[in-house]
Amino acid sequence: MIGADGVVTVVSPKAEMGQGITTALAMLVAEELECRWEDVRVAPSPIDRIYGNIAVVVDGLPFHPDADGPLVRSMRWLTAKTMRELGVMMTGGSSSVRDCWEIAREAGATARVALLEAAAARAGVAVSECRASQGRVIIGEQSFGYGELAADAATRRPGRVTLKEPAAFTIIGRDLARLDAAEKARGAPLFGLDVRIDGMKYAAVVMAPTFGAVPTQVDTAPAPGVHAVFTLEPTGFGDPAAVVAVADTWWHAREALRTRGITWSESPHAGLSSEAILADLREAAREPSGLPFRSVGDTEEILAQATRVIEATYEAPYLAHATMEPMNATVRVTDGTAECWVGTQVPGFARKAVAQVLDFDEGRVTIHQRALGGGFGRRLDVDFIAQAAAIAKRVPGVAVQLLWSREDDMRHDAYRPAAVGHLSAALGDAAQPIRAIASHSASQAPFKSYSRRVGFALTAAGPDKTTAEGTWDQPYAFGAIRSTHAERDVPVPVGSWRSVGHSHQAFFVESFLDECALAAGRDPLAFRLAMLEAHPRAAAVLRLAAERAGWRADGTVVDGVAQGLALHWSFGSLVAQVAEVERGGPDGFRVRRIVSAVDCGLPVHPAGVRQQVEGSVVMGLTAALRGAVTVTGGAVVQGNFHEYPLLRIDECPIIETHLVASDAVPTGIGEPALPPVAPAVANAIARLTGVRLRTLPLRLPAEARV
Amino acid sequence: MNPERIELIVDGTPASLDAPPAMPLLWALRHGLGHTGPKFGCGMALCGACTVFVDGKPVRACVTPVGSVTGQAVTTIEGLDDPVGAAVQAAWAAASVPQCGYCQAGQVMGAVALLRATTRPSDAQIDDAMRGHLCRCGAYPRIRAAIHAAAERLATAGADD
Repeated sequence: MIGADGVVTVVSPKAEMGQGITTALAMLVAEELECRWEDVRVAPSPIDRIYGNIAVVVDGLPFHPDADGPLVRSMRWLTAKTMRELGVMMTGGSSSVRDCWEIAREAGATARVALLEAAAARAGVAVSECRASQGRVIIGEQSFGYGELAADAATRRPGRVTLKEPAAFTIIGRDLARLDAAEKARGAPLFGLDVRIDGMKYAAVVMAPTFGAVPTQVDTAPAPGVHAVFTLEPTGFGDPAAVVAVADTWWHAREALRTRGITWSESPHAGLSSEAILADLREAAREPSGLPFRSVGDTEEILAQATRVIEATYEAPYLAHATMEPMNATVRVTDGTAECWVGTQVPGFARKAVAQVLDFDEGRVTIHQRALGGGFGRRLDVDFIAQAAAIAKRVPGVAVQLLWSREDDMRHDAYRPAAVGHLSAALGDAAQPIRAIASHSASQAPFKSYSRRVGFALTAAGPDKTTAEGTWDQPYAFGAIRSTHAERDVPVPVGSWRSVGHSHQAFFVESFLDECALAAGRDPLAFRLAMLEAHPRAAAVLRLAAERAGWRADGTVVDGVAQGLALHWSFGSLVAQVAEVERGGPDGFRVRRIVSAVDCGLPVHPAGVRQQVEGSVVMGLTAALRGAVTVTGGAVVQGNFHEYPLLRIDECPIIETHLVASDAVPTGIGEPALPPVAPAVANAIARLTGVRLRTLPLRLPAEARV
Repeated sequence: MNPERIELIVDGTPASLDAPPAMPLLWALRHGLGHTGPKFGCGMALCGACTVFVDGKPVRACVTPVGSVTGQAVTTIEGLDDPVGAAVQAAWAAASVPQCGYCQAGQVMGAVALLRATTRPSDAQIDDAMRGHLCRCGAYPRIRAAIHAAAERLATAGADD
């Protein structure tokens, strides 16, 4: 939209959750529009299926990213077509720039041509005599501002437009400041939690303390400042049974719940514990009977005949998202319509959930998108939104803001699943370092579980690619490969956690390749490069990271610093990292520096790309060094940051990021730099201490901490 | 839980509300007095998102009973109007520090408190002052850089005076 004042408003279907899409999307539009960057603003779009996310679901197909046969192409095409028609508006899967790369530039170019046409009509000249620059249409000596042409241009419908070649870009590729940085530094009221409506009330909840428990006895008497106390059944969107208080302030609501006795039924899963879950996963990962995701060559035969077989088992715990803004949503139900103010990655699913809870047509529900105080996959779920709708239904006409405490948020997440991977490899020679590799992993299925919660039929059945992603879809050439995954059903909710399956599978695979290299007496860099001859882009990022970090091929510890290396391919992008680790601190080691090399195609907003890499490194380090959600007695143990610590500034290493120059179509960057962090650090720790850590988070045994 | 009349000064303006004295200052500000700058993150003084100044000193509003600050001057991020605040906010925008931005109100308050006390902090002093502020998006390297930039800007401005 262009106003009479010349201000350009880009209507964004993508949720801003910190990843910087607001800025990148505006750059794509502005590049073709030829407006002034300082005139650009961004506003969230309404829900419309024209904004459906295609890239994220096409990515979910279980095809190797290198595969491009006719069948694979037609499946991708068919899925893309289906997705266009279903129109799932989703921000996730590192897909936003990929999804909008063409369409946002086409939108800018179309608007530019309409403005040129409007100016040509006004001046009585041919469009070919007009050119656009810096928010004006210039015709010889004459020029018109976009603002004065906007009303006329809006009535025009230009046909096909031609997009610029990368060499002509003047905005794409520049390190512009984020559009949202200044208002965020002012503490502006952008978030769901900051919504204020006249006469609104605040709701607090106490949710089932154990999986599946229900309240059996509650005192629902009113109290000063407390509007209502009632029990709530699960809505079916993933929220547990709850007791609710609605009050003048959230604190009044909390106090009202804290001070009254609530009796809960015994959990049907009272015996559930992390130990038992992991024991089951270990057993499942030992059996090669899981669902095969890739099978090339006779892996089992080669392994059975081989003289040198390396074998190892790796483990990863459940993880909470722990967005800094706890889950919240504000809903008002008035005369058969509903409004919902929320920061969500899926406004369409949010609307569907509110409508179903209230038994309304979706057309009677309006979603007001807010900035997300962190997403990382947590705000793909709509449990808290459905719960807020169910609460608002009980107090009609009043806007109710539901806010979860940190403990509610941490104990009622859709966690990254706990996972176990068992890998074995037959070592070869210098030309073919690994003759055969087998990866058998086991975990719950995060995207399938999620799809069932939100009622997304397309991915609610069939193989869940996210379970085994990161094992069979990597750029390495192995003599033979077999990758399977055993899916387990456990009553712990699981979902997408930044980089999903890649987040732990990269730890398994890249730690294992390091073990193979060391067992073969080879430099881990040369060992990997020998398997990347058919993948020059992967080899190039690996070389770049090694070169910039000053990689030591002999693995020596210099000035107390050891290095570790990892490479991973996810969401279309390649990231190689070198971690440097030294002795010291309470853990017995400290991460000193992380050097990343990234190939994400053409970097639309290089500063934004580097920022996403920094963020992914920090989140990856939290997961590598600290993160673990455990279950005991059918309940999640950790409730707040003293029990689930996040990396703090004094633990943050030097982070260096190097981008590969590229004209290739942009690929994802919100997630790909996270997966290699844990294995790079573990590989460095192995060099430093001689101890190979195969379980996340990475903890040296006491005797190795010196 | 009995409410009392509580008077304080918020961002330079006298304000009053009826609230139980035990109510945390954060909820008095956010739900009683309409100040949304300080954010809720943990409720246990573990994350720093709710940081405000009471008589110029940074406190965690989520664990500070409103009754304990009666008559005192509370400054939220909305009321930051001194050169240090302006320098920090400008440095934050220039370095694109925020990602999701939710913790940033608290981060900025922490940085302002640091620079008021220490004009040219070292990396170690920054780490020490800012370790109580969590950021899930991982803005830490940029927070360090922006604090140095703000210190530089203030030193230059001071030298010009």
